[in-house]
Order: sequence, then C-alpha cells, then structure tokens
Amino acid sequence: MSNLAVSTVQLVKTYGDLKALKEINLEVNEGELFGLIGPDGAGKTSLIRILATLLLPDGGSAQVLGHEVVKDYKVIRNKMGYMPGKFSLYQDLTVLENLQLFASIYETTVEENYHLIEDIYSQIEPFKDRRAGQLSGGMKQKLALSCAMIHQPEILFLDEPTTGVDPVSRNEFWEMLKKLKQKGITIIVSTPYMDEANLCDRVALIQDGNIMSIDTPQAVVSTFPVPLYAIKSSNKYLLLQGLRDYPHTASVLAFGEFLHYTDKRGELPELELLQYLKERNHSELEISQIEAGIEDCFMAFMEKEN
Amino acid sequence: MGEPIIYAKNLTKKFGAFTAVDAISFEIGKGEIFGFLGANGAGKTTAMKMLIGLWKPTSGEATVAGFDVYREAEKIKRNIGYMSQRFSLYEDLTVVENIQFYAGIYGLSNQQIKTKTIELIEKLGLTEVKDARIQSQPLGWKQKLAFSVAILHDPKIVFLDEPTGGVDPITRRQFWDLIYEASHHGITVFVTTHYMDEAEYCDRISMMVNGRIEALNDPATLKKQFGVATMHEVFVKMARPASL
Repeated sequence: MSNLAVSTVQLVKTYGDLKALKEINLEVNEGELFGLIGPDGAGKTSLIRILATLLLPDGGSAQVLGHEVVKDYKVIRNKMGYMPGKFSLYQDLTVLENLQLFASIYETTVEENYHLIEDIYSQIEPFKDRRAGQLSGGMKQKLALSCAMIHQPEILFLDEPTTGVDPVSRNEFWEMLKKLKQKGITIIVSTPYMDEANLCDRVALIQDGNIMSIDTPQAVVSTFPVPLYAIKSSNKYLLLQGLRDYPHTASVLAFGEFLHYTDKRGELPELELLQYLKERNHSELEISQIEAGIEDCFMAFMEKEN
Repeated sequence: MGEPIIYAKNLTKKFGAFTAVDAISFEIGKGEIFGFLGANGAGKTTAMKMLIGLWKPTSGEATVAGFDVYREAEKIKRNIGYMSQRFSLYEDLTVVENIQFYAGIYGLSNQQIKTKTIELIEKLGLTEVKDARIQSQPLGWKQKLAFSVAILHDPKIVFLDEPTGGVDPITRRQFWDLIYEASHHGITVFVTTHYMDEAEYCDRISMMVNGRIEALNDPATLKKQFGVATMHEVFVKMARPASL
C-alpha cells in the first residue's frame, strides 16, 4: 500500500442550516488520479477548498501529504497546485506574465520548471503575449493548468476543469491529466460528467454532502444490483410513458437513444414485455440486457439514499 | 411541416474581419426538438443571440415565430421563451414571486397569473416551498421551475442554452420530461447541450463548426452517415475545435 496523499476523517462543512459535507471519510493514494463525481451542490467544491486550505472545516479532520489542513496550511500550499472552477488568472496580464507571476510567487522561474508544463504550455506559447482575458475557453484552461503546475506541486486539485467544455476539448484535457499522472503527481479532479469517471483510477460518487461509493470505476459498476435492459422503439417519449404504466417496471430512465429499464421481478421476461408493448402500438422494438454504467449506478445510489 | 417556427437563410454575423456565423440556413417546425450543437467558440451563442432578437445579423434573413429578426426584434422577445444555466430566476424572490414576476412581464392578465401560479406549483410539487426564496433551493428544481416559467406565456418556441449543465442525472431526466411534454403540446424547443446523450433525445441536430452548419439531420441518420454508434462519436469526428 502506498502512502496517502489525502485522508479525511468525518469531515464536516456547514453553511447556516445547510450541511454541505456530512462526515466525509476519504483516502486518496499518492500518484492516484482520483475523481470526485457529482452534480452541482453535491459538496465537491467545499471538499476541494478544504483540502486546498482555502476553507475551514466545521468538524472532523483532513490531511494532505501528511499535513493538517488547518494547522499546516502553509506547508501544504507550497506543495499543491489548485485550479478553481472559475477562471481566476489576471485577465489583463499576458499569458507569459501570468505564468511568470505564479512562478515568482513560489520563488522559481518559468525556465527552471519549463519541462513540467511543456506538453501543455507549448500549445498556447504562440499566444504568450496575448492578454489572458482574450483567450478562448480551451486556452484559458491550459494556461490555468500551467500556472497551477509551475512550482512542481506534488498534488493537484482541479475543481470542475471540464464543466461547460465541449466533448472534444474535454477529451484533450483528460489526455493532459494522464500525462501529468505519469510524472507521479497525485491529481484530485471534480466533475459533474459521469462518463469522465471511467478515466479515473478511483472515484467517489458524491450527492448531497455524502459519499455514496468510493472505488475503481470498474468495481462501482459491478455493484449494480439487478439485471439492466436497454429498450428502444420508434418513439422514445411514448415508450417512456408506456413503460411507466407497465406494472412490473422498477425503473425506466432515458439514456441516449435507449431507455434503461429494471424490472421488479429481477429478470425480465423479454417476450412478455414485447407482447405488451406491441399490443399498445409501439413499433421497431429492441430489447437487450446490458452492463450498467457509472450513471446507472449513480442514480441507483441516489434512489437508495432517498 | 407547416409554417416553420424558425426560418434562417444565409444568416451571417461578422465582427470586423471575423465571421462568427457564416451563412447558416435551416427551418424548424412546430413542436420540433432541435439540438444546436458545436464546440466552444463554434458560433452557437452568436447565432442564438440573433435568433432571440438581441443582435442584428450582418446579412442573410431569418424569422422567428413569424417575426423578422431585423425589424421585429421586440416582437420576437415577447413571443419566445428563453432560459439558460446562468440566467433563469431571481434568487432573492420566492417561488411564487418569480412566477408572478415573469407572468407580469409576459403581459398575462391578473386572472391568468393567478391560475397559472396555482397550476405550476401543483404540477412541480412545490406547494411546501412556494414562499421560500429561490436561492435556498437545489439547482435541479430551480432549472425545472425556470423552464416552466419560460413557457408560462405559451410561446411558440423556447430557447434553452445549456439548461442542464451540472444538474444531477435524475433531475436531468425529469427536465427532459418537461421538454418532451412541451414539444408534445406543440411548443418548438431549440436547445444547446454538452451532454451527448441528450443530443440523442432531439428530433434533429445541427452541428456547427467554425461558424458554419456542417451537418443537420436526425440523430439516427447522422450516426449512420458517420458510421458510429453514438452522438458523442459524431461530435468528436466533426467538431475539430475551432481554436485551441
């Protein structure tokens, strides 16, 4: 077992009546690419900000690289990189000036650590004299990541780096994270996109301040408790309504071109359902049993918690 | 398809030497769910701003709900619904106050406002929180309420700009139930999203690349055309990022 990069014990954060984090216990290993997966309001940002020593917890404890987040915040800050969800660089400084500023704050230079950021920074270097405020979304993201990396951190906290980013740019960003991971850096990244869970070593599924599950993505999906079916027809909306009226339906949810279905009886007698739907004028029907994905599991956990 | 709800022909917007939207053409019919996709920076927002009457096009023609985007922008604004992830409801007003505020803006009569308020609160199951301020409520149901408010005045068309960003997966699906229902009642839905599974829920999809519409069809045909199984793959194949 490797050393722990992060560990929290019954970590609590409240805002007035709102419990943003409810006794969170979390361990992240050194060198791991760890995903915090959950929708807005789940508590991802509060958790990251506490770990990044930017927010005080209201209960419990947290350690980063073996240091207490409250007592030893200065030590942690020298060893971590942080990329907030909102673009927070200086808009009226140029690309290079922003990078130099971050380097000098940490008493290093861009030249000294250029090798760390080369892969990412070289893509925006042609625009190094452009003001940061004038960059496109994808370029801002690359600059922010370069600035977070310039002092050779041992751990990176990335708060929703891909939110609002199109699927192509998201793929590129995850490619960059994979390369950083190969340099041995621990990366904790939050995202509301469930499909990105599969790109992490391990994930925590978060909802309403609770961690519903922590495991490898493969292990998470293997816990899906019942057989799952994908069903489609010529009209998805009518099929959705039809299946909601079917007496044996446990759950039916839209997934792309299919509906994902679970049956109260567990195994679904496919022919019986086909017959039922045909009698109700559904056409071009297809049913097949499928493996659950992270999003299926996330929703199953949500139902269980409620 | 009868009279199109949106008609655009060679619609173009230039900023100086830069052509943000480059001669796009399409027609969208009554009750259609139209997915407007593209990479960041492809020109979606600019196109949408012309269609909702905020920006004048540089050239080309377009009508929305029967009104001309050059001459009748104010009429367009009154006859469409609009919601986005960023702009939806007033956080320091209560649920009821938000409904009444928007209904007032859209020019509904006092009697209509009364009826609509009761209807909506019952439909969305918000009776218990009707006097609570919006800011204290979960994002997911804020978005559902925002959508319902955006179609309070029964517009012919509603524009949704990334309505489900960051919303939990169950609520996201409930949100799409509302979209289907609106479409079923004949409201045209024009929607942008970064969730490719949601692209599959649309009747037709347009893909914008560098200001141009490079593909426009129903999801099944697009997937077939590109020889792939999902809209995600279609997107990745088409939408080479407009810039870095």
